[in-house]
Amino acid sequence: MAEQHGSTDEVDAARALPRFYRQMYLIRRFEEMLLDMFSEGLLVGTTHTCIGQEANAVGVAAHLDPGRDVIVSNHRCHGHYIAFTDDAPGLLAEVMGRETGTCGGKGGSQHLCRGNFYTNGVQGSIVPLASGIALAERERAEGAVTTVFLGDGTLGQGTVYECLNMASLWSLPLLFVVENNRYAQTTPTELAVSGSIVDRARAFGVDAHELESADVDEVHEAAGRAVQRVRERGEPSFLVLHTHRFAPHSKGDDTRDPADVERLRVHDPLAVAGARLDPAVREQIEADCERELEAARAAGEAAPAAGAVAAR
Amino acid sequence: MRERRCVEVLNGALHELFARRSDVYLIGEDVLDPYGGAFKVGQGLSARWPDRVITTPISEASLFGVAAGMALRGYRPVLEIMFGDFLALGFDQVVNGISKYREMYDEQVSVPLVVRTPMGGRRGYGPTHSQSLEKFLMGVPNVTMVAASELHDLHALMIDAVEDDEPVFLIENKVMYGRPNRRPDGGYLDGMRCVEGAGPYPSLTFSGNDFEESAATIVAYGGMVPLALEAAVELIVQHEIFCEVVALSRLLPLDLDPVLDSLARSGVLVTAEEGSLTAGVGAEIVARVSEAAFDDLRAPARRVAARDGIVPAAPGLEAQALPGTAEVIEAVLARQAARTT
Repeated sequence: MAEQHGSTDEVDAARALPRFYRQMYLIRRFEEMLLDMFSEGLLVGTTHTCIGQEANAVGVAAHLDPGRDVIVSNHRCHGHYIAFTDDAPGLLAEVMGRETGTCGGKGGSQHLCRGNFYTNGVQGSIVPLASGIALAERERAEGAVTTVFLGDGTLGQGTVYECLNMASLWSLPLLFVVENNRYAQTTPTELAVSGSIVDRARAFGVDAHELESADVDEVHEAAGRAVQRVRERGEPSFLVLHTHRFAPHSKGDDTRDPADVERLRVHDPLAVAGARLDPAVREQIEADCERELEAARAAGEAAPAAGAVAAR
Repeated sequence: MRERRCVEVLNGALHELFARRSDVYLIGEDVLDPYGGAFKVGQGLSARWPDRVITTPISEASLFGVAAGMALRGYRPVLEIMFGDFLALGFDQVVNGISKYREMYDEQVSVPLVVRTPMGGRRGYGPTHSQSLEKFLMGVPNVTMVAASELHDLHALMIDAVEDDEPVFLIENKVMYGRPNRRPDGGYLDGMRCVEGAGPYPSLTFSGNDFEESAATIVAYGGMVPLALEAAVELIVQHEIFCEVVALSRLLPLDLDPVLDSLARSGVLVTAEEGSLTAGVGAEIVARVSEAAFDDLRAPARRVAARDGIVPAAPGLEAQALPGTAEVIEAVLARQAARTT
């Protein structure tokens, strides 16, 4: 079917690319700003950036309707959040511990809720929650797709397989997206994941596909097929996106050889997409994003710190 | 009129809820008819509402999260956990999810789920099917824990739990299921006057001397409630000692007022629980009483509980491990000796 409409798809992709690039650039610069602010001592706590993985969040979220569909995410959630809600200022204020943050400063970087977006910080916890949400949406029967993002590290949790089993048995409209960035914190997948990741899902009779790409258009296309399948058939689907993380798991805890990490940058989704854009368009998008982030930071700095009254 | 058995009352309340509200679901292992759950509390529901009774694989670690997800999205799932012992498998979801979402997400959501599970021994089920693990939930904030007993209004407890906007753990005592749900008649039960607290999950306070000054306040819940009442009757008959029994149903947030109210008349606190002693429910009651009403105490408090060890399978060994009427009587008598005035 895709071949039949190939030319239309190309036109659509060309039209979508500036939007995708904008989102990816915004996520990238947002997280680089966070890491800078940590270095400057302006932020406390922790953060987990998705620098290098932005195409996944953007490519998947493009198929979801924030008013109807649901995302359940994990500790590495900023990209998913921004791509789905377009609320970088709320997230920044949250990480800065401000009253104006997404959760009033109570959740911080990895415990967010806004509308149909939920995230939690424990690897094994989120998949059962997403399954329950998908069950609720199956019962409501309004065609909502619930997407749960997990990483290769999460594959060590037994709840993932309990939920694949139930999702298959109960025909849950649930899309599992595994972002395999090849490291669970510092542990490479060779030491933590046996066998084939897609075959794990197939063992439960769940439709499963994988993609090795830093091209947001390719991710968008693969995610589109998966989302459509979940929505139309009311069945789970499992999409493995092999990806690369350029930044540390958290902050300053990268044990990889910097030269090896540098070599990964040939897979930079910003470079891949950016090269296809008119340089003037690209420049304009980047300048707009920089202004947007500056404004978000200024708003965050001006907002009252959560708990300031209680502390006095 | 024949008193209905506890299991019938609980089952009837679920039928009423299912008939009245389309957002109530029952989720759990082996809950479909004709089986209707290991203790039959869900019997008949799947026949009448096949779409709202979901039988599950043996996956407790996930089931708590499944219920949480449904509750976050506006449904009222009732999760049946076949044995309370299996709470341990779902504890991550309880501690890192269910108890956190409302506050962590800045009051944008609520999690109106009910986890129903039987606790307690005296059935010979052995070490992993006989425990009373309420103490582990006592340390979890932002949840409600209700311990049902055969003397409480079980119908009301179930209705209130399902209609509560907070997550509720409804602890059902295993031996009570087959017994009649006995209720005070004209304010009396077993010859004792009985006063019921107000609001949802009320306590019951029993007195053998019309709430005059008494020798001790025995605080009990769940399976220890009928045993504590038996002890109180025997203390009157054998020793002419009058105690009050406070039968709590709401353990979390701890329903302290009826305890303090009774202690003002007795000055002696004895707690009775079927869980093991260390860091138990009694420990929390004693701590809160000593903070709130130390001046009312005329003797050191005393906790009656299971010994810190397993609940053995053999009936003789199980009886040695679990507290009974004799231990409650012994505790009250010991405290009479220690009482100052």
